[in-house]
Amino acid sequence: MTGNHDSETSHGTMARARTLVDADVHAVVPSTQSLFPYLSAHWRDHVTNTLMKGVVETAYPRFAPTTSRTGLDAPNGPPAGSSLEALQRDVLDCDEVEYAILCCTYQVDSLHNPDAAVAFSSAANDWLAAEWLDQDPRLRAGIVVPVHYPELAAREIDRVGGHPGFVQANLPARTTFPLGSRINSPIWDAIARNDLVAAIHFGGAPGTPPTPSGWSSYYLEDYAGMAHVVQSQLVSLITEGTLEAHPGVKVAVLEAGFTWIGPFLWRFDKEWRNLRRLVPWVRRPPSAYLRDHFRFTIQPLDAPDRNDHLLQAIDQIGSEHVLMYSSDYPHRHASDPDRLLNIVPAQLADRIRADNAKALYGLP
Amino acid sequence: MARHVVARSGEIPEGGRTIVNIGGLPIGIFNIDGEYFAILNRCPHQGAPLCEGHLWPGLLVSSEPGDYTNRAEVPIISCIWHGWEFDLRTGQSVCDPQRLRVRNYDVKVEAAGTDGFNLHATTYAVEELGGVIVVDLDRRPSTGEAAKLSHLLGARSNGGNEATDREMVP
Amino acid sequence: MVTIIERTVSQTAALVRPALIDCDLHNELHGDVWALVPYLPERWRRHVETFGVRSPSGGFYPRFMDHRADARPPSGRRAGSDVDFVREDYLDRCRVAYAILNPLSPAASQTNLELGAALATACNDWQVAEWLDREPRLRASIAVAIEAPDLAVAEIRRRARDTRFVQVLFTGRPQEPMGRRKYWPIYEACEDLGLKVASHAFGSYGNPVTGAGWPSFYLEDHVGPAQAMQANIISLVTEGVFERFPGLQVISVENGFAWLPSLCWRLDAAWSLLRDEVPHLSLAPSEYVHRHVWATTQPMEEPHHPHQFAEMLDHLGPLVDRIVFASDYPHWDADQPDEAFPVRLGVEQARKFYYANAATLYGFDSKSC
Repeated sequence: MTGNHDSETSHGTMARARTLVDADVHAVVPSTQSLFPYLSAHWRDHVTNTLMKGVVETAYPRFAPTTSRTGLDAPNGPPAGSSLEALQRDVLDCDEVEYAILCCTYQVDSLHNPDAAVAFSSAANDWLAAEWLDQDPRLRAGIVVPVHYPELAAREIDRVGGHPGFVQANLPARTTFPLGSRINSPIWDAIARNDLVAAIHFGGAPGTPPTPSGWSSYYLEDYAGMAHVVQSQLVSLITEGTLEAHPGVKVAVLEAGFTWIGPFLWRFDKEWRNLRRLVPWVRRPPSAYLRDHFRFTIQPLDAPDRNDHLLQAIDQIGSEHVLMYSSDYPHRHASDPDRLLNIVPAQLADRIRADNAKALYGLP
Repeated sequence: MARHVVARSGEIPEGGRTIVNIGGLPIGIFNIDGEYFAILNRCPHQGAPLCEGHLWPGLLVSSEPGDYTNRAEVPIISCIWHGWEFDLRTGQSVCDPQRLRVRNYDVKVEAAGTDGFNLHATTYAVEELGGVIVVDLDRRPSTGEAAKLSHLLGARSNGGNEATDREMVP
Repeated sequence: MVTIIERTVSQTAALVRPALIDCDLHNELHGDVWALVPYLPERWRRHVETFGVRSPSGGFYPRFMDHRADARPPSGRRAGSDVDFVREDYLDRCRVAYAILNPLSPAASQTNLELGAALATACNDWQVAEWLDREPRLRASIAVAIEAPDLAVAEIRRRARDTRFVQVLFTGRPQEPMGRRKYWPIYEACEDLGLKVASHAFGSYGNPVTGAGWPSFYLEDHVGPAQAMQANIISLVTEGVFERFPGLQVISVENGFAWLPSLCWRLDAAWSLLRDEVPHLSLAPSEYVHRHVWATTQPMEEPHHPHQFAEMLDHLGPLVDRIVFASDYPHWDADQPDEAFPVRLGVEQARKFYYANAATLYGFDSKSC
């Protein structure tokens, strides 16, 4: 039994000599006002003089034990994850990270007003570029997009996709229509033409329920249940032929766990053998698309207590190129990622630490 | 005796099939546009009577999402239970032609204990000779068509679908 | 033209092994709701004849088939609707000791809840008259209008005296997650009467099969129940249903089961940090699953590498004794009993999956024959 280290107490066990790419750290918009330099007078006035106070953030309740490591979030201070200095201190310098990929989960999809959704997406991206990407060469980031308006999302991807710091488009796990739906084709076209990765991240605020049986009661349900929402998104992307239409596109799946991948593929491959004729553009078993196109971050670690079981679950993925190291900073977790890195074979550990992410994002 | 007369010419009309028992082996004989095919009446998946399955007008392929193109040159039978599709000419599964392209019917490649996934149905050589239809249990139809099937499907790499075969005992 | 000399489905195995318990057999309504109309009171008979039945719309996907073509009886009736043919074609041929009927009636999904309750009563009367009274190996799920828990409880209490009814049937996607307070009266009645709760895949009250909106293709709809049931188990555990009803046993039917280990690992990790939100839980989530959740095998997950199936059985831990065989006969995706497992099971493990685990669950005699 090696589980249940507390992540804030156990830095330093990782071999320092090796490069590390952190494929999931968070950049949190500290307040709506912090985006004022990037918003038009119209929307600044809205925030100042109307009831509209910006986006509604629900994915990470501010003071939930999972949202921030102990000591990072004071009640009257800025939220954890909103400070570049803290990220540099706690992750980039501390762990000697070569690159870190910023995920800003600013819930612009909570804004049904399309003009507001675009304005706040653009503001968040300009803020990311100016206050994070341009300040530290180790950083890369995902583009915040109004996913619920695919044409507008595509336009925003085209607007900032040329910035070398933006390496992916952020798509929330929870959506109004599954991401592979043809309704979302403009988003995938834009991702492909900008040579970006698609990142599916924890959360989303589509206004529709997070489960196939309606609204759940507790945050714990949404937190543990995001994995099944992501499973549904994978089913959609593979079944709809999104990756046949865009064979060069890869998908980074953030914070969804990974020990479910093997058993999920056993079922999905079987169903494809049964029902292939309904979707003849799906030319290969779903597992083949997963291994070729999808990458998963390892934190939060949905691991069993026994290391041999964890190793078997990793083996069941069927490829050494799927997992990517992440700290998921500033979020707090039940297990330390070192637990995984310390038990896998050295070559796989190197791939998870850096090689897989470098290949995915084309990092030198 | 490997060669068996299973019917008189004309007994199986075009588009028809008959299921015969040859020394305990149930075998379906199909007449597709005047050409005969023989296949073991057992799906490699769960043992269903494969030869009672649906005959499709061809192999369904696609150039992109939303495109449904029928390739009539490939006769397809789908299993009566779960719908798995097989090339009637070769027994190849439509779901994994890549792997089967390199499979050699004449050699047992499986070691005991490596039992795994079997995705091909067993087919036999069958021909019309002197007014009768003859099945040869010792001969398989050419597997040269296998590459053609995967080509038609447009499969790229096999993506790590490196299954091993469970030896099927008919 | 099809000339069949003989049916060649493997029967040898069935002849030599002990009889099995099938935890998911479907008694189908020949003519859909019209099979139930003779069992409806006049008021609802007129209603159905005039207005039909109405469920939340939006869940239809084009597909090939409902049923196995070889399960269609010679009478021409719908597959699974003819008890005599089911007896001959399945119960006898596959050596079944007991089978649990899951009627997929329109009762649970009616937008008119009173009509749903009337259809549930009619469905249960139909089950008694046309199934249970005609075949002693059959047991049945009680059809109820789950979205009207008061009416459901009345129907449950009405049926409980007939011990051939062993459980209450939930659709796979109720209006609210299964743990929600709304359904507690149903669980209270089940616990009180010693009935199980079975959640059968598919069937919805208007929610898409994903937490991310409506997918486009039947393939997605058919994979989806595994995700839907994960959400229901998360809900049952998190809401404290098993804390409140410690005698309750819930069976996941037709959702597969290889996703259970990872779900337990994920839930335990989440709970270790978020337990302050759910102080009503006194145990780790996996403990509740290990004590209260069962799962049927079909559709069996089939890894390319069979040793991984054995690994998964190991990952199940104590849950491995809560996995019970189900065929789903006569549906197209049914598993053939003797060919269902992708590995060769040892004699003792086979006895558990095919018989002993279910005998424990339902209190059937523990020795198969």
